[in-house]
Amino acid sequence: MEKFVQIEKVGQTFDTKKGKFIALRDIDLSLKKGEFVALIGHSGCGKSTLLNLIAGLTKPTTGALICDGREIAGPGPERAVVFQNHSLLPWLTCFENIYLAVERVFSGKEGKAKLKARTQAAIEMVGLAHAAYKYPHEISGGMKQRVGIARALSMEPKVLLMDEPFGALDALTRAKLQDELMKICDKTQSTVVMVTHDVDEAVLLSDRIVMMTNGPAATIGEILDVNLPRPRDRLVLAHDPAYIDCRARVLEFLYEKQAHVEKMAA
Amino acid sequence: MNTLTLTQDFPGPGAVDRKPPAALAEPVTDSIKDKTMQKSSAPAVGETATPFAETLRNLFRSALPPVLGLFLLIGIWHVATQSGGAIPSPGTVWDAAVVLFSDPFYNNGPNDQGIGWNVLSSLQRVGIGFGIAALVGIPLGFMIGRFKFLSDMLNPIISLLRPVSPLAWLPIGLLVFKKADPAATWTIFICSIWPMIINTAVGVQRVPQDYLNVARVLALSEWKVITKILFPAVLPYMLTGIRLSIGTAWLVIVAAEMLTGGVGIGFWVWDEWNNLKVEHIIIAIFIIGIVGLILEQALILLARKLTKEAA
Ligand SMILES: Nc1ncnc2c1ncn2[C@@H]1O[C@H](COP(=O)(O)OP(=O)(O)OP(=O)(O)O)[C@@H](O)[C@H]1O
Ligand SMILES: [Mg+2]
Repeated sequence: MEKFVQIEKVGQTFDTKKGKFIALRDIDLSLKKGEFVALIGHSGCGKSTLLNLIAGLTKPTTGALICDGREIAGPGPERAVVFQNHSLLPWLTCFENIYLAVERVFSGKEGKAKLKARTQAAIEMVGLAHAAYKYPHEISGGMKQRVGIARALSMEPKVLLMDEPFGALDALTRAKLQDELMKICDKTQSTVVMVTHDVDEAVLLSDRIVMMTNGPAATIGEILDVNLPRPRDRLVLAHDPAYIDCRARVLEFLYEKQAHVEKMAA
Repeated sequence: MNTLTLTQDFPGPGAVDRKPPAALAEPVTDSIKDKTMQKSSAPAVGETATPFAETLRNLFRSALPPVLGLFLLIGIWHVATQSGGAIPSPGTVWDAAVVLFSDPFYNNGPNDQGIGWNVLSSLQRVGIGFGIAALVGIPLGFMIGRFKFLSDMLNPIISLLRPVSPLAWLPIGLLVFKKADPAATWTIFICSIWPMIINTAVGVQRVPQDYLNVARVLALSEWKVITKILFPAVLPYMLTGIRLSIGTAWLVIVAAEMLTGGVGIGFWVWDEWNNLKVEHIIIAIFIIGIVGLILEQALILLARKLTKEAA
């Protein structure tokens, strides 16, 4: 299949008080349409930095990023972001938070009633119809994260970028949302890049796992193809040799090949 | 006698309200009787812990210290003026106040109007000056906060002009407007505008990057960014600016009116000084304080209501 998102020789350098800090170097990666890619690596290696580059929130110091044949010049609703800290607007209800996004993307073509229906559908998809008219401070962390996901999905983006969307959730909620996300992606065939710390999550959800070396000057260490048939069931997979093998290889990368960061940090 | 009063007295606001502070010296005996009765009955009711008794008791508790402070002030004032002197005693001031407030809205020509008219015309000047300052200052603050170029351009000017007493602008106002009244309003405008510009601009600069990232990802129009993100995020800062502005405006109007004359509480103070009616000056001090307090509290209330809706 053709390349939908291309990341070519991308490097990112930050100007800090202590001089230049090379966060990323020589990142080469391309995503196919409809592909689910997980970005995994130790904390501080530059996963969020890379995701922000794809979102267009920051510009690369070197190299170029291309999405759907065009250079990524800035952020836009065709590349929706689920932020690491949900970033809901506290003065809008859950419904209004999503509606703001829906309105922006579809108001040119659709009437108010249709926009409202879309918003309602998005909020039902993440199971929060009962909390639609609550404000963000009135709902739990997991619910906020779900509203953030609903907001991103409601925009029907070409690319969905998620920065540890389930990082702050308990295991049960996390599993439930992972299953929901798989169903949604199956239905919408979206192209997804998801940052995660969780090896099981990466293997369960993705088609490919991009493993990053430790920073500074992090780059892609290995890319693992996850050739597990879909739909995937976490209980069945738990005993699947292919799944266990994938998991082992990611763990090996993180804790043997890239282990030194833990020692350095300690 | 005053200490006795302070320790035994004032179980509640109801009793205090009925007895005017200025009457403290003489009829204290019957007021003690009155209040001790209430005091002994209050805890008895409280023990049954009905919600009504509970709120009553909380009211007592929160009202006691401020009322005590007020009476202490008046007590000291009373003692200090016992031996005579230029400053009138609380009783004299009270009597003068009763006369003054019995007809607050009389009108005997431009230089002799009731206290009500004076306060109202001061408030009107503050309202107009402040209102125009808000209309100019808040949008300007938004733009300064949003565009770095503008902020670099205007910040030195603001830093230079802000410490200048607004009264220094009064002659300019007189020169331009050729009349006293708009000149006073002009000084209010000048003193109100700085806190409004600065607080709004700081608010805009402090809008969390996360919210702005949301705006960028959604590629919201500038109008939507302002109404859906900047305005609600900046609102608390803006309200602080408004509160500071009103406070200063109310301080400055008195001084400005002393200089410009006409009708107004500041002018009234000056006029009463010329007439050597010191008790009226003391009444004016109380009125200015109370109006300032009311303005401040009203804005705090407004801020709480608005930010609660927004949060
Ligand atoms: N604006 C910036 N200025 C300077 N340094 C930065 C900036 N943003 C990120 N960095 C540095 O770049 C590196 C990568 O940061 P990044 O946030 O991408 O890490 P991460 O992989 O997302 O970490 P985590 O898993 O903890 O979220 C870090 O060392 C960080 O200190
Ligand atoms: Mg991160």
